Amino acid sequence: MSKPILSIENLYKNYGATEVLKDINVAIQPGDFLVLVGPSGCGKSTLLNCIAGLEEVTAGAINIGARNMVGVPPKDRDIAMVFQSYALYPTMTVGKNITFGMKVRKVDAEVQARKLAEVSKLLQIEPLLNRKPGQLSGGQRQRVAMGRALVRDPQLFLFDEPLSNLDAKLRVEMRTEIKQLHTNLNASIVYVTHDQIEAMTLATQIVVMKDGIVQQIGTPAEIYNTPANMFVADFMGSPSMNLIPAQVESSDNGMQVHLERGSGERLTLRDTGTLQELGSAREVLIGLRPENITNPNGDAAQIAHCHVDVVEPAGSDTFISTKLGGKSITARMRADTKVTAGEGIDLAFDLSKASYFDPASGARLN
Amino acid sequence: MTDTSTQRTGDFKNALLRAGLYAMLILFALYYLMPLFVMLVTSLKSLDEIRTGSLLGLPRDVDFSAWGKAWSGACTGVQCEGLRPYFWNSVLIAVPAVLISTFLGAMNGYVISQWHFKGSNMIFALLLFGCFIPFQVILLPMAIMLGKMKIAGTISGLIFVHVIYGLGFTTLFFRNYYITIPVELVKAAKVDGAGFFRIFWSIFVPLSAPIVVVTVIWQFTQIWNDFLFGVSFSQAGTQPITVALNNIVNSTTGVKEYNVDMAAAIIAALPTLLVYVVAGKYFIRGLTAGSVKG
Repeated sequence: MSKPILSIENLYKNYGATEVLKDINVAIQPGDFLVLVGPSGCGKSTLLNCIAGLEEVTAGAINIGARNMVGVPPKDRDIAMVFQSYALYPTMTVGKNITFGMKVRKVDAEVQARKLAEVSKLLQIEPLLNRKPGQLSGGQRQRVAMGRALVRDPQLFLFDEPLSNLDAKLRVEMRTEIKQLHTNLNASIVYVTHDQIEAMTLATQIVVMKDGIVQQIGTPAEIYNTPANMFVADFMGSPSMNLIPAQVESSDNGMQVHLERGSGERLTLRDTGTLQELGSAREVLIGLRPENITNPNGDAAQIAHCHVDVVEPAGSDTFISTKLGGKSITARMRADTKVTAGEGIDLAFDLSKASYFDPASGARLN
Repeated sequence: MTDTSTQRTGDFKNALLRAGLYAMLILFALYYLMPLFVMLVTSLKSLDEIRTGSLLGLPRDVDFSAWGKAWSGACTGVQCEGLRPYFWNSVLIAVPAVLISTFLGAMNGYVISQWHFKGSNMIFALLLFGCFIPFQVILLPMAIMLGKMKIAGTISGLIFVHVIYGLGFTTLFFRNYYITIPVELVKAAKVDGAGFFRIFWSIFVPLSAPIVVVTVIWQFTQIWNDFLFGVSFSQAGTQPITVALNNIVNSTTGVKEYNVDMAAAIIAALPTLLVYVVAGKYFIRGLTAGSVKG
């Protein structure tokens, strides 16, 4: 492992008596794409502003390169930032917007022109260089904002919800482009979003935050498959993970999971993979992704006949809702599944990727 | 057939409403223009004609001599130099005072709206409070202060008074305008490496044309038309045109020369009139200007 490009140590941020960020510890390597994700008000944008130097920190250290940046003004941190509202300078042309930073830093006019040409070619905004931001569409403004960041060639890029002002289709396009840019430039990026799909698709590392506290740090796969607690399990993934109250009991061939069914009878499933440390018998919440409850396909998966409450065809899949453990749960069926609400259907439960949570603390048990 | 007839009644109704609207507007316009008309025609009449003719009648012989006298010959007390020297006094007071107070107001507004610091709201509240202090209240303290600063009775003293008194309003104008500019703009500029003044000059000033027009018109009108400060803080030789106009009209010696008085009043009012004519449409636009689209 090389030296981290960004490391945040024991960072605290208070606004008066309110603690906004509590004991944040994050480090990323050069070339990493770190996504800070969480519901609004979780402190992710504040954390980004702290990294940028736009907000003072209350305690802790922020190192960019190997240098502690606390107290260093934004302009000396060797960073570039893309804002949610793009924050293009309205009276300057696109070209002037992109070169403003270089002009302020008194970069040679020739170098400015060369870099402007490079970046505008890369982002395909050459025809727009003499326009004002007011004459651009949302997607074009987005590109210009990225151009302004790219032209600086900083150690670290900061993105503050850059796609949330775009319409759905453009957002997906720009997402792909950002990912491509990251791959091509091998840039180190910190990216804030509340959209967990953006987080999953873009990140090499995800930080899930809630109420100013880091809930989990990991690769998208880690976050998705082994969420550290119920909040992460519920927040990441769409439709979100089914969290079903259950009783577990160890037996000779693996662990038995008892689920309450609507009529009072029990559904018992078997989990052969999960460890003994769950104890002999206890109450848990079992977390199953919708794709782990699906059409039976003949293998050893465990099957139960369930009553269908709602059918939602989504084109590529068909989602159905049923009741289990007193909660409505979602199963992801093949698109060609023929079923209507009110009928019964066989569902196969795959417990190999099941997560178990403590009902009281919400923490992961396995 | 019924279709066209109802349409026709509709058209007729619209036309009637429109005619009523125009009649109303013309009436108001006449009402407001009447005094100006009387002043203008009176200033172009000879004294004899004023005495014998009607107030509203057009002059029989157009006579510009009253204008010449008002400009360079009318007596303000013992001196008989007309308005000319005082006109220049007013220009010397108003132009710097307007420029300085507008610039400082822009600075203040920029700081208060975009660079929050402890007590910034308090300072803004105090500045606003300054807008509502009646002129008369500050006359004595200001006189003492000007004396201590050794600029009592000078043009610079009057500039100082007008700048101080105008700051509340100019700050309010610029603050309310700049508060609509998203904070992210400043953040982006900070990351780009720009400092306090660079951001002001490169980003805020270019955005400010509408509000600068509003402020300049407002300040120019206030300062040019000011009488109280002018009469209180000036001495012979530094009096502004409003004070001189008063002296011309109220000098009791000889016959009352209405034509000269009218011409003098129009001369005194011309600069503000000109400012409105030139920049009036920007004034309305600036007052109603909403947020700046990014």
